[in-house]
Amino acid sequence: MITGPVLKVDDLSLTYQIRQGEVRAVQDVSFELARGQSLGLVGESGCGKSSVANCLMGLLPDNARVTRGQVILEGHDLLQLNEEELRKYRWRRIAMVFQAAMNVLDPVYRVGQQIVEAIEAHGFDLSDAEARERVADLFRRVGLEPQLMDRYPHEFSGGMRQRAVIAMALSCDPSVIIADEPTTALDVIIQDRILRELKSIQNDRDMAVIYITHDIAVVAEVTDLVAVMYAGRLVELGPTAEVLGSPLHPYTSGLMSSFPSVSGEKRPLTVLSGEPPNLVNPPSGCPFHPRCESATEQCRSEFPPRALRNDHWAACWHPLDKTNSTAG
Amino acid sequence: MELRLTETQTHPEVGEDPGPLVEVSGLTKRFPVSKGFFRKPTSFIHAVDAVSFTLGRGESLGMVGESGCGKTTIGKLLVRLLDPDEGQMLYRIAEEAGDASAVSVVDPATISGKEMRDFRRNVQMIFQDPYESMNPRRTLFDIISEPLSVQKIGNLMERIERTAEMLSLVGLTPASDFLLRHPHELSGGQRQRVAIARALVIRPQFVVADEPTSMLDVSSRTGIMLLMQQLARDFGISYLYVTHDLAVARYMCDRIAVMYLGKIVELAETEELLRNPLHPYTRALLSAVPVPDPGHRRAPPDIRGDLTRSLDPPARCRFYDRCPIATDNCLNSPHPETEEKSPGHLVACYEA
Repeated sequence: MITGPVLKVDDLSLTYQIRQGEVRAVQDVSFELARGQSLGLVGESGCGKSSVANCLMGLLPDNARVTRGQVILEGHDLLQLNEEELRKYRWRRIAMVFQAAMNVLDPVYRVGQQIVEAIEAHGFDLSDAEARERVADLFRRVGLEPQLMDRYPHEFSGGMRQRAVIAMALSCDPSVIIADEPTTALDVIIQDRILRELKSIQNDRDMAVIYITHDIAVVAEVTDLVAVMYAGRLVELGPTAEVLGSPLHPYTSGLMSSFPSVSGEKRPLTVLSGEPPNLVNPPSGCPFHPRCESATEQCRSEFPPRALRNDHWAACWHPLDKTNSTAG
Repeated sequence: MELRLTETQTHPEVGEDPGPLVEVSGLTKRFPVSKGFFRKPTSFIHAVDAVSFTLGRGESLGMVGESGCGKTTIGKLLVRLLDPDEGQMLYRIAEEAGDASAVSVVDPATISGKEMRDFRRNVQMIFQDPYESMNPRRTLFDIISEPLSVQKIGNLMERIERTAEMLSLVGLTPASDFLLRHPHELSGGQRQRVAIARALVIRPQFVVADEPTSMLDVSSRTGIMLLMQQLARDFGISYLYVTHDLAVARYMCDRIAVMYLGKIVELAETEELLRNPLHPYTRALLSAVPVPDPGHRRAPPDIRGDLTRSLDPPARCRFYDRCPIATDNCLNSPHPETEEKSPGHLVACYEA
C-alpha cells in the first residue's frame, strides 16, 4: 500500500525547440494529487496545460526537452524511465481521455476489438472471452450497451464515441486519469451524463483525475483542486471552493468574470484585454503584467513570490483581497 | 418555382410600423437519405419542420438546441445557402439603413440575379470556424473587401479606406499593420474579428451568426460577444444567433427559441425563458448547464434516453420518447401547436 500522493509533479520545466528559438512552454510547475482526488488544470490555449499532460503521459514530441523537475507516479520518477520502461506505466498506471473529436478510435476496427487489443498489449494475460467480458463490463460502466462492442466508430454518435474513449482509458485500471477537454465538443445533456459517470468511476475506483479544460463551470462542479496556468506557469493553486470563491490572482478573477452563466443574476461580462504572451520572448517579471490593471514597476521587473491564504496560493505581488474579488 | 417580384411598400407617415424585419412561416427543409449510392431516397431527415417566427428590427434572436436540431439549417435557409421545401420567409428590408419608413418586401427563395445581389447586400452570415472560412492565400484586405467588389461599391481607394475602418472597428489596430497580413498570422479570436469585419463591411441589416464563439477560448469569446453587441447597437443590425450554449445566448439575445428535432418547442424573452421555462425539454437543457459555483449541487436533468435523428419522425410530439411528463394523449395526438401561454411566451406542449 502506497501512502502519500499518487502523483507528485515537482518543479517541472520543459521547452520546445522551434525555428524562432526556444519556447518555454512549462516552467516550475509543481502539484500533488492524492488517491481519489481530482484537479482542474485551467487556462487559455497555449498556456502549457496540454504540454503538462503530454509530459505526464510520456508523449512529448521530438523537439521537446524536459529541462528540470520530476514526475513521481506511485514512487517512481517517470522522467528517468526509458521508452521500454515507460510503456509499463503508460495506460496501466496513468491513462488519458482524449477529446473524441480528435479521432482516437481507428475507423476500420470494431470499437470493442480496439479496447481488447489495448488490454492485451499491456500485459494482461486474458483469454479472448475474458478480455471481451472485461470490455463488456467497461461498456456498462460508461453507460454503453455491451452489444455496441462489435460496431465501428462511425456508427457511434459523438457522445457514444467519448464514452468509448473513456472505457479505453479505464481498460487497464489506471491510478491516474488525465481528461483533456473530455466534453468540449458535446451537447450539454450528454456532457452532464459523462461528467457524472466520470465522477462516479473516480469515486468507485479511488482514481485521481486531472481535468484539462477552459470551462470554469465544469471545474467548479467536478474538481477538488484547481490549478490556474498562465504563460507556462502555475499562477494559482488551491481547493476549488477557495480559488473560485475568493481568487487571489487577478488572472483567475478575470477568467471568472469573463465567463457567462445561465444561473443567478445576470452580471456584466468583462474582457481580459490583450492576448497571452509569446513564450519565445516572455515578458519580464510577472508574465501577466502586460494585461493586468494593478501592475506596478515591481511586477514588471521581478517574478512574484507566492501569496498565501488558507490552503491556497497565488504568484502575485498584489493579490486580491476577499472584498475586491469579482467572484460569484 | 413561382416567381414573385419584389414590391416596395411606402409608409409616408413617420412612426408607422412596417412590420417585423423577418417573418418566417411554415418553413420546412427535408434532406433525403438513400440506402445505397444509386438508390432513390427512401427516407427524409426533417431538419426544419413547419417552423414559424418573427424577428424584429434591431432584435437579436437566439436559436438554441443540441446538434442535429436544425438550428444551423434555419440559418442557412434564411441567407439562402439552402432552398426551402415549403414555407415562406418574408424580409422587410429598409430602403435606407436605419430608416424603416420605406421597406421592400423580399422572399429570398423566389429571387435571383440582381435581386439576389441586393438581398445579399443586406443579409450576411458569420460562420463558426474562423480557420475554415477564409482563403489562407489572401490578405485581410482581399478577404474583408470582397463583398464590396462583388457589390461593385467604391473604387480601390475607397475600398481600402472602408476595410481599414472596419479593421479598427473590430479592434485590429493599427489597421495599416493588418491590411496585408494573412489569416495564419492571426489567433482564433482575431480571425473571428476578421470574419465579423467581412460580414459587416457592406453594412447589412441582418446577420446570421452560426456559433461564432464556440471554437474560441474563454477570453477571446467574451471579447467577440461584446464586439458583436456593440456593432449591433452602432449599425442597427439584427442577429439570428445560432448556438448550443444557453449562457452565451443569455448575453447575446433579446429572445431565445429552443429547437428540438426540427421544431421550435419554446420561444420567449431571454430572462423569462431562463426563469420560467415551460417546455420539459427547455427545463432539461437548462438544468444540464454546469454552474460556476463550487458550493452549488445541481440535480441531473429530467430527460430520458438519447438524442435521435429526425429521420421520418412519427406524427406525435417530437419530444415524446424522451419526455418525463408525456401522457397517452401526447402519444396519440399530432405534434402540439404553438400556444402563447403568457404575452410573448410561446410553447408547443400539451402538458406545459
